[in-house]
Amino acid sequence: MTLPLLLFFVFGAVAVAAALLMIFVRQPIHSALCLVLVMISLAALYLLQGAEFIAAVQVIVYAGAIMVLFVFVIMLLNAGNEERTNFSKMAKYIGLPLSILMTAGIAIWVARAGSVLASPQHAPDTAEPTRELSQLLFHTYLFPFEATSILVLIAIIGALVLAKRDS
Amino acid sequence: MNAVPVSYYLVLSAILFGLGVVAFVFKRNIITIFMAIELMLNAVNLAFVTFDRMRGGPHDGWVFVFFVIVVAAAEAAVGLAIVITVVHNRQTLNVERMNLLKF
Repeated sequence: MTLPLLLFFVFGAVAVAAALLMIFVRQPIHSALCLVLVMISLAALYLLQGAEFIAAVQVIVYAGAIMVLFVFVIMLLNAGNEERTNFSKMAKYIGLPLSILMTAGIAIWVARAGSVLASPQHAPDTAEPTRELSQLLFHTYLFPFEATSILVLIAIIGALVLAKRDS
Repeated sequence: MNAVPVSYYLVLSAILFGLGVVAFVFKRNIITIFMAIELMLNAVNLAFVTFDRMRGGPHDGWVFVFFVIVVAAAEAAVGLAIVITVVHNRQTLNVERMNLLKF
């Protein structure tokens, strides 16, 4: 077993285990910490695939900023144990089989598609992928990039307006 | 350098997406449901990075991952503001009690 394969299995197992744990724990704060673990192991997997910049953004923006926002809101709202209500029967008896069926369907389908297309057309890997990414981001995708800044501005204003208490 | 087959990553991505769907359906806490959405977005990002590696050419896939992360950040900010407002009005985090629009 080569080292990349070993690393893949280690981080993949950590990601799946943390995602399962996120479903089974009852405290929202524990779920949030499990999700941070999932995101960090995904960042390691990105690094394994050569996407250094995306791995850094994953850790800084996702595991850093977004999850801090989640933890902040959980603490602000003082969210304790999840209430056990009479679990809607529909979720239990229809939702779970359908979710499992969908997961299995997607997994089988992409595994088959992946084995068909498995051999990557080894185009010469550029020496500086991050430089290439910045070229794409600021030349080819310049307009979407600027539109994103408007989106973030709208999100800031929307969050402020929504969260403001009426006095 | 990279000996891991592409399909392994895709299956892992599918499994994480499925776990996100299960969490979305099963959790009763509105904040945890939001986290399930983030988990699904992460699974899709993994698939994007994998397909980008498979394609080999210019790294357009990374740009899409970047945009997904930005949109997820915007969504989390607005969504959590909505959650705060709802919880102040209804005094509960349980989605089964947020039923004012239910017929």
